[in-house]
Amino acid sequence: MMEITLQHYLILSTVLFAIGLVGVMRRKNLLMLFFATEILLNAVNVAFAAISSYYGDLTGQMFAFFVIAIAASEVAVGLGLLVVWYKRTGKIDLDTMTSMKG
Amino acid sequence: MFEAIAFYTFAILTIVMFTITVLTRHALYALSALAAGMIFISAFFFLLGADFLGAIQIIVYTGAVMSLYAFGMMFFDTTRDVIEKRTSPQLVFGLSGLAALTLVAMFTAPIVSSNITAFYPAIEGVGNSQMVGMVLFTKYLIPFEVAAVMLLVAMIAGIILAGKKMDQSLTLMKEEEIKRQLNEKAEA
Repeated sequence: MMEITLQHYLILSTVLFAIGLVGVMRRKNLLMLFFATEILLNAVNVAFAAISSYYGDLTGQMFAFFVIAIAASEVAVGLGLLVVWYKRTGKIDLDTMTSMKG
Repeated sequence: MFEAIAFYTFAILTIVMFTITVLTRHALYALSALAAGMIFISAFFFLLGADFLGAIQIIVYTGAVMSLYAFGMMFFDTTRDVIEKRTSPQLVFGLSGLAALTLVAMFTAPIVSSNITAFYPAIEGVGNSQMVGMVLFTKYLIPFEVAAVMLLVAMIAGIILAGKKMDQSLTLMKEEEIKRQLNEKAEA
């Protein structure tokens, strides 16, 4: 209990991932959906850093860096698209994006 | 002892903050809670000895990403309550099953892979930032450059997507001019 092992970090990472998954499932507003994906990415980063630390290997940290870079570019492009969509329709709900429905 | 106290404190704080982000009905509360959760996440990186990653986490997530969200939210009507989705029970069941499966896999992963050996083992007497530099600029140089190009592409895409019709500056226009343009838009 008092000694923190790798499993503690992995369980924490899973709990955070589950919280993010709940957010992805119940959000309809696209901005809030983005917040939930950020939580998912952060949960994975914690697992990467923990495994990297406990095995004395830097590869996990490297992948965490690339995940952060991907998250940053995802936010830039996603928010740009969201601004365009909001200017056109005035809504950012997922239900309004059914223009490709047959 | 100290590590355990820090771990449990920050674990509870992070889980509470992210739960607020996921469950609140106000976009502003969600944004603030997410920013706080990101800072608490960086505490785990410092605990794990990944100092550089912790600093990057604070700079990129709470500095860049959160301010980008804050500026993006100025475009949207965020005072309105967020409407929730009513998902089908099959989807909820499937995704919760997937999450449970992940939980089991994470429990068993360290047991199965106990004979793992370090690919790039840490060198004695070298700090974390120095080690990161040594690995990043030798073994991971190509992914690093690709990530740089990807960030450039994302920056240009963000400017082009969000910057449409920004050739007219509302702050430099007179009040009547703005009203006239709005009327023309309403008529069209």
